[in-house]
Amino acid sequence: MTLYFLCLILFCVGLYGVLRKRNLVKIIIGLGIMEYAMNLFFVLLGYRFHGRAPIDAKDQNILNMVDPLPQALVLTSIVIGLGVTALVISIALRIYEKYGTFDITKIKRLKG
Amino acid sequence: MNSTTIIPLFVIIPLAAAFLISLVGRFIRRSSEIIIFIASFTLLGFSIYARFLLNSAAGKIMVYKIGGWVPPFGICMVMDGLSSFMLVTVNLIAFFVAVYSLAYMEQYTDKPKFFTLFSLMVCGMNGVIITGDLFNLFVFLEIASIASYALVAFGTEAEELEASFKYAIMGSVASAFIFIGIAFLYSFTSTLNMADMARVLNYKENIWIIPFVGVLFLMGFGLKSALVPFHAWLPDAHPSAPASISAMLSGVLIKTLGVYSLVRILFNIIGSNHGYLTILMFLGVTSMLVAVVLALSQWDLKRLLAYHSISQIGYVVLGIGLGTPLGVFGGLFHLFNHSVFKSLLFLNSGAIDYASGTRDLKETGGLGKLMPVTAKTNLIASMSIAGIPPFNGFFSKAIIIIACLQKGNFGYAVCAVIGSILTLASFMKVQKFVFLGEIKDKLKNIKEVPFVMLFSMVCLALICIFGGLMLLPSFRFFLDDAVAVILKGTSYAGVVLEAASRP
Repeated sequence: MTLYFLCLILFCVGLYGVLRKRNLVKIIIGLGIMEYAMNLFFVLLGYRFHGRAPIDAKDQNILNMVDPLPQALVLTSIVIGLGVTALVISIALRIYEKYGTFDITKIKRLKG
Repeated sequence: MNSTTIIPLFVIIPLAAAFLISLVGRFIRRSSEIIIFIASFTLLGFSIYARFLLNSAAGKIMVYKIGGWVPPFGICMVMDGLSSFMLVTVNLIAFFVAVYSLAYMEQYTDKPKFFTLFSLMVCGMNGVIITGDLFNLFVFLEIASIASYALVAFGTEAEELEASFKYAIMGSVASAFIFIGIAFLYSFTSTLNMADMARVLNYKENIWIIPFVGVLFLMGFGLKSALVPFHAWLPDAHPSAPASISAMLSGVLIKTLGVYSLVRILFNIIGSNHGYLTILMFLGVTSMLVAVVLALSQWDLKRLLAYHSISQIGYVVLGIGLGTPLGVFGGLFHLFNHSVFKSLLFLNSGAIDYASGTRDLKETGGLGKLMPVTAKTNLIASMSIAGIPPFNGFFSKAIIIIACLQKGNFGYAVCAVIGSILTLASFMKVQKFVFLGEIKDKLKNIKEVPFVMLFSMVCLALICIFGGLMLLPSFRFFLDDAVAVILKGTSYAGVVLEAASRP
């Protein structure tokens, strides 16, 4: 249970970064932390203490195995996170070229 | 050949088109245009053909098992009334937008990259619609979202980058909430197949986790569909994109990623109850009124249209949230109509921008004489969105209002009428400042836009005029089947699993 709470705290740290920070790069880091937290949470859901990989072979008697499906899914999710992060960083770089700053309080030509 | 093999083609064709365009588009002139035209035309043809195949399928459902794995072990693709309805809507708009872009994108450099991203977006949307697996839905949702983030920033001007950054951050937060919702559902049901999940949830005790997951999905998909408390990104992102992409974003993307996924999960997997429906209706009415009031004070044409998208999504959500057969029917009919006339309005705004180089309402005027076709199609679309008979918007709005009255929600019906009147007011402003009045000296010698752009606009305008005919008994199956899927609720599970067990 403690692990899940730590995961929640990590998620909240990321969300805090996205919502409260003024620097574009710090916002992106916050987004990254959020993605890690949710991937970690998904892996934890399939984890058993002292569990092992569910590889079925001869003379193997597996009693306590972890759930492999979340691990496969998290791999996909990590790749998606990589794509989003790469795109957002390249946009942030272009913004820096145009505005000359990473401060979001100075990047406000649009009204929302 | 089994008739279900048509289903994966909706993902394969746009994906292959994106691959081919990025491969050869740069080296062979005009190849990207030819590929995108063929791909979007085949997709439109296949989606209509699949609609008729569905009529002859047993139980009006087709299930394709990827790799032959029977659900719940493998991923399956499900085509039922609702999926088919959304597929026709998405591919119809995508075809006309693709044709329009052939000429419109001449202003921008690097057409092949644009068409690559465009086909990836279509691929993501088609995937979201036909998939029968919850994690698969998340993956396709992200494909469509990432492509749209990149497309919003396509012009790489300062405002576009800023809007794209905002959109990307908000979209990623929404995806995070959706992902956590999926993780919770998986941990509770130990399955990811949507039908199997609904089956497991049906016989489990109803505990606190289901409302919790419901709220996570409401937040995530609410952000994706820009309902009012979550709408801040839309009025920036949609106007900043190239006009043809604004048409796709406002026309179909927010509906597919937001409304369709939300409806599918809330109604078919979790099972709707009074609480969710009340929240949906409340969100719908709030978006309808708040956004239309904000739209009244806008002077940028595309920004005004973007606020109207939020407002019209409010009508769709209100209709579906009513939960009665008539309400859901009205909501889905309005979804189709809105995607037609809102894409038409955005294409018009693109044509005005293309011809005159501005989209500020204070700088245009008198364009009606110089651009007769754009003016006429815009008039038709404006009257449709404001709900004037005999255009299609009138019928769907009338059905939603009647459904509100039938259910006894008089307040919501009055709000819907007020929203409609305010919509009319702001589109009269558009007509007055863009097409009527004196021609400014600066704009004396502008010309009508090229033929392909006109072709798309005229076709969409014709659909606006004749859209009301879908209420006739011989065409009603198109909407009725979609409504039936939503109203069936969680018995969706049994239908899909039975269809999947067929050889």
